[in-house]
Amino acid sequence: MLKIEYMHLQSLSILDFKNIEQADFVFSEKLNCFLGDNGAGKTNLLDAIYYLSFTKGFFNSIDAQNIRHHREMFMLQGKYIRSDENETISAGFKIGQKKQIKRNRKLYKKLSDHIGLFPLVMISPSDISLISGGSDERRKFMDGVISQFDRIYLDTLLRYNRTLLQRNNLLKQFFEKRFFDEDTLSVYDEQLAELAGVIHKKRELYVNEITPVFQSFYTFVSGGNETVGLSYQSCMNEGDYSRQLLACRNRDRAAQHSTLGIHRDDLLLELGDFPMKKIGSQGQQKTYLLALKLAQFDYLKNASDIKPILLLDDIFDKLDAKRVSKIIELVTEARFGQIFITDTDREHLAYILDKMNTEHLIFKIENGKIVGK
Amino acid sequence: MIHDKFPSKLLENAVEEFAKLPGIGRKTALRLVLYLLKLDELEVEDFGNAIIQLRKEINHCKVCHNISDTEVCNICSNPSRNEEVICVVETIRDVLSIENTRQYNGLYHVLGGVISPMDGVGPSDLEIASLVERIEKNDVTEIILALSTNMEGDTTNFYIYKKLKNIEVKVTTIARGVSVGGELEYTDELTLGRSIKNRINYSDTLTF
Ligand SMILES: Nc1ncnc2c1ncn2[C@@H]1O[C@H](COP(=O)(O)OP(=O)(O)OP(=O)(O)O)[C@@H](O)[C@H]1O
Ligand SMILES: [Mg+2]
Ligand SMILES: [Zn+2]
Repeated sequence: MLKIEYMHLQSLSILDFKNIEQADFVFSEKLNCFLGDNGAGKTNLLDAIYYLSFTKGFFNSIDAQNIRHHREMFMLQGKYIRSDENETISAGFKIGQKKQIKRNRKLYKKLSDHIGLFPLVMISPSDISLISGGSDERRKFMDGVISQFDRIYLDTLLRYNRTLLQRNNLLKQFFEKRFFDEDTLSVYDEQLAELAGVIHKKRELYVNEITPVFQSFYTFVSGGNETVGLSYQSCMNEGDYSRQLLACRNRDRAAQHSTLGIHRDDLLLELGDFPMKKIGSQGQQKTYLLALKLAQFDYLKNASDIKPILLLDDIFDKLDAKRVSKIIELVTEARFGQIFITDTDREHLAYILDKMNTEHLIFKIENGKIVGK
Repeated sequence: MIHDKFPSKLLENAVEEFAKLPGIGRKTALRLVLYLLKLDELEVEDFGNAIIQLRKEINHCKVCHNISDTEVCNICSNPSRNEEVICVVETIRDVLSIENTRQYNGLYHVLGGVISPMDGVGPSDLEIASLVERIEKNDVTEIILALSTNMEGDTTNFYIYKKLKNIEVKVTTIARGVSVGGELEYTDELTLGRSIKNRINYSDTLTF
């Protein structure tokens, strides 16, 4: 078995990021809690931590909107311990300039080189879009995880999207200029088929790998009376893709875009034999998403040999006491590393922490400021 | 201040024309125009004529489509060059880059771009048919594909490769990773020279 490397965020400094004017934190390497009223800035703090791993915000990829109102720039600096080494990551953005991400004072030329070095999983109320949203949300869920550590996957996906864009433009021209160029279209078809084959295989492998882990987490938290399903749906499961592309050529020409391909893939999320979206209660949906994201955590951990940082935003809301204590039991297991949790209710949090019986720190947040521990 | 109207319409026109050039803003344009105004009238006339003549009389080699003052360029007409090898490039600048490496002694074929429907460029807008005809009619043993390593370069390579399938000619490509996602001209001479010498079979780069 591979040795799982150790990683945690030791300290964090924030300047003018969202509603946080200025704050300095020293964290526990196990459990950290942000406690505060609605709108205090707890989620913003998680977002700052997220930013240092992904070089962009979880909620808003437009950097200008992450700057505190009426300011011109924000700065974030995190000090990490990673495989026994000190690492300092800083991120800065000033209006009208390019964002700067530095690792140990050295400026990154390509931001993508940073992604995956400090793996992180965020579990947030907005995950619900995985169930309620369109299939693009579920593809993003697969792509985001796989490309975090598989550069070939990301490169192939970018190439696929570019080829698709060109093929769609070609189909549009066929229609508008009333001509047909079989040779060029089949070049695109063959290229798409090659790239799609790589992407399909990796998505399939990913889903197959997380499904049993996901199911065991769900069973653990729910107490075992419900069964959940997760399956990967793709046109490439239906046989030779090149032949299918050829067969739907007329349809594509009429539609003026590519109607078939891995850009239409989806995940089928089920409770019993029914779609989660239609029949799952709010608590069941929340449990489903939690189990799915923790399975994602497990996968990232194995793929990168590092325990990702886990951010849990408002996760206890809507869950019954039995499920809450099961979740606590689960995430305090040794297989999880450093955790950040938010909550609004001191008593609720005290009850949870009591059960956790782990080393922890509480930060009381008000109006974007730390007002107590 | 730069955007203020100039006291002369003639000055304004000249500045505007210079500012159309890539990398030249209005500030630099004004500096260049004022410099020209300080020169002798004859000198400025030479400058203007050179540009007008360039545009009017420039020729493209009818064999390789490189820029040339003569019907056939001095690379194509040079008897010491190896006529059996043709290197396919996107633009005239790529010819210059490869020539600068001094590592290549064959001929060229300038496509004039790459296939990109989103830019309205199809195979018939490029010198692809003339390439196929050139290979069919001459004793060519090897074609080197040296296009950009982006998706459009890949597509064009593959298109040409398929067009050459029934012709007996070896198709090679310059080693990958030369300039990932970049254009040929940005690669340094040493790397480019090395990758031209160490070219690989194109079919080996296909994974299907
Ligand atoms: N760019 C910004 N500049 C200033 N304030 C901002 C900016 N972006 C967001 N905010 C403020 O941050 C606050 C929201 O913070 P956050 O979402 O972290 O709250 P929270 O503590 O997680 O609350 P809840 O318990 O409701 O989830 C809002 O008051 C919002 O106006
Ligand atoms: Mg919040
Ligand atoms: Zn020539």
